Amino acid sequence: MSKLILTVDDSASMRMLLKTSLTAQGFRIESANDGVEGLERMHQVQPDLLITDINMPKMDGFELIEAVRGVGQFRGTPILVLSTEFSDEKKTRARSAGATGWITKPFDAEKLGAAIRRVCP
Amino acid sequence: MPVSDELDEIQAIFFEECAEGLAVAEQGLSAMALGDVSKEVIAGVFRAVHSIKGGSGAFGHAALLAFSHCFENVLDEVRGGKIPATPEVTKVMLTAFDILTDHVAAAQGIASPPADHAALAALEDVLASKGASVAVAAAPDPVAAVAEDQFGFTPVVALVEELDPFGFEPVGVTLDDLDSAAALPWTVRFGPSRAALANGAEPLLSIREVEMLGGTIVAVDSSALPALRDLDPDESYLVWTLSVPGTVEESALAECFDFVAPDSLVEITRCAAPEQPAPVAPPILTLVETVAPAPVVRPVAAVPEPRPMDPAQQTIRIDLTKLDMLLNLVGELVIRGSILSDRLSPADQERVELPELARLTREIQDNVMSLRAQPIRQTFSRVPRMLRDLTSETGKQVVLEVSGETTEVDKGVIEKIGDPLTHMIRNAVDHGVESVAERLAAGKPAAGLITLSAEQKGARIFVRVSDDGRGIDRPRVRAKAIENGIISADAILSDEETDQLICAPGFSTADSISSISGRGVGMDVVRSNVEALGGRVDISSNPGVGTSFTMILPLTLAILDGMIVRLSGQRFVLPLANVIETVRPEPGQVRPMTPTSEVIELRGQYLPVKRLTDLFGFHADTRRSPEESLVIIVESETAGNVGLMVDTIDDRREVVIKSLDQNLHPIRGLGGATILGDGSIALILDIDALVSPAVQLLQKFPLKGLAA
Repeated sequence: MSKLILTVDDSASMRMLLKTSLTAQGFRIESANDGVEGLERMHQVQPDLLITDINMPKMDGFELIEAVRGVGQFRGTPILVLSTEFSDEKKTRARSAGATGWITKPFDAEKLGAAIRRVCP
Repeated sequence: MPVSDELDEIQAIFFEECAEGLAVAEQGLSAMALGDVSKEVIAGVFRAVHSIKGGSGAFGHAALLAFSHCFENVLDEVRGGKIPATPEVTKVMLTAFDILTDHVAAAQGIASPPADHAALAALEDVLASKGASVAVAAAPDPVAAVAEDQFGFTPVVALVEELDPFGFEPVGVTLDDLDSAAALPWTVRFGPSRAALANGAEPLLSIREVEMLGGTIVAVDSSALPALRDLDPDESYLVWTLSVPGTVEESALAECFDFVAPDSLVEITRCAAPEQPAPVAPPILTLVETVAPAPVVRPVAAVPEPRPMDPAQQTIRIDLTKLDMLLNLVGELVIRGSILSDRLSPADQERVELPELARLTREIQDNVMSLRAQPIRQTFSRVPRMLRDLTSETGKQVVLEVSGETTEVDKGVIEKIGDPLTHMIRNAVDHGVESVAERLAAGKPAAGLITLSAEQKGARIFVRVSDDGRGIDRPRVRAKAIENGIISADAILSDEETDQLICAPGFSTADSISSISGRGVGMDVVRSNVEALGGRVDISSNPGVGTSFTMILPLTLAILDGMIVRLSGQRFVLPLANVIETVRPEPGQVRPMTPTSEVIELRGQYLPVKRLTDLFGFHADTRRSPEESLVIIVESETAGNVGLMVDTIDDRREVVIKSLDQNLHPIRGLGGATILGDGSIALILDIDALVSPAVQLLQKFPLKGLAA
């Protein structure tokens, strides 16, 4: 069974781009528009990996990561941040919120695939 | 990789998002310029620019990426309170916003890339000086930073210089050595930190990835491993040493450790693998692999209070053609409903099912209409920028006041009023508002006031651009019209008729062709665009006080509440929105004023009466006396309340407007056609156009190109 990834991003074009690039690499993709929907979808689809944006309305990426980590069953689920931001401060914040890794947008589809396999066997 | 078709499609969505983002950013920046520097406003602008930047990178728009990145950096600091949102900083950001808009257009291929050096320099000044006014400092180029650290969570440092704890001498290697087949193998030491298993991370995957690059584990240091009872399955205790063929690139090796936790030991050195026969300890490896993190059941953390709903977010995108199709079908449903109702006996018509069906149909119709309705804000939001450009070109000063931007208008209308609005604004700045010196001499404030408003009245939308400038110079307009052969030299025109001349094709009063207006296309474009929508343009001007242009547009392009009237046996639809009352005249109630005009006396007041049969030139032999006719009192923008004389009233009916101008030249006085319940066709009257003074103008002086 191929890996199921939940992508959370408020930009429709980014969600579609992720979906197209990652489906082509054999992943199954589910998407959500923001943190609140992301958390809801986490419970619904139980993905193998969560990829989330940081700057989103309603609930941002940091809050989403913290909320997901607060759920026992998701304690071991790898979480990658996919953001245009790259400051060490933000990365440290993501790390302490519970992120597994950080990928800076724009992403290269193959490198993203490799990064995914790095956290999600 | 996605195929290019898909990419194009996604990119199109990205540009839609850009347009939305730009609208949000402009609103926010405008609010900031007006002093609202609240956190939400700034965060909204930040997020908008941030999204544009994100997508621009993904689709390879380097210039847009670089600029939005720089802009975002400033916004980030403003958001974080590190740069105060002073008026100066806001001004720099507004300029940056204009350039960003141009960059987006350039990325779409509809404009050439803007010159952004000045705006970039201004942004970097703000960044360097933290908003403390001028200080020109050479800020580090933040654009270059994008390229770095593409995947780095923590910077992975290849510790070539560090002394190897095993006592091996580090060997300095240049990249050229990589080409050499004889390159020394890499030695990688990897000691995940205690926290390495937190956050769902799995250090073994890094090792597996190195193995896939051809690496082999040569040693595992298990000295830190505690006794089993002290062992915390969530912690990591081992240090691996791997040997990797020298042909592997260092960056590829480093990438394997991108996501390892901070404080982990990662050493990549190029040297001979340690010869020491350290036993690879499978039992321990197995132990680490199988002792999964114990599932700790914790109460679900309270979800943070959702923030106030962002209205722009709760949307789905629908292809407009699908909506049009739906609207069309609803239109057909309305017509069929009418036909059905016509065929039923009066008793059947009263039964409860039919009114219920009519009510449901009406609700569906209203809902479908509202799907297409959008606030006019997005059209208005382009105006501030345009004014900034115009005022800097002309040196004039203008203050803009906007009202009614939440008025909702059919999307089809919104799309088509952009160009006319642009012309009207340009016209107001170029011809209306005077230069600063002229204004001060006239005792007016230095800055001209342009008022932009939208309001809904009945089934019509009024979009008005007013200025407090010099007003229309009627003698000059008249002279120009004679010169251009639009009217004859001896024509007698009222002030209103003279004003209407500026909408005649080919009319331009610009003494010199400025870069703003006076390109030979002008108000006639406004008029023809608006008329194509079934609307019209009203002009009112007061010399020395100002001019206002009003676009009067139908709220929707589809359905109309109408009164079916008969003129010489033919049926016409009169929009109910205009009707105030109907009168059956008593003998002598309608009386002539002049040989060509009549009035009706109504409760002590006199209103002008127009015979529609005469206006349309129907045969005089079918002409009825006022006592055999009905007078419908209608309300009009152009001529106030007017009585229209018709033969009879047949019915009141909702009709679906079918456009005439796809097949016919626009006809002033007719707003379209419709199909009645019995399948016959009726023309829809445009009351405002019928009673406006411009119609008399047409009768007196048929203008070139104006429909008669």
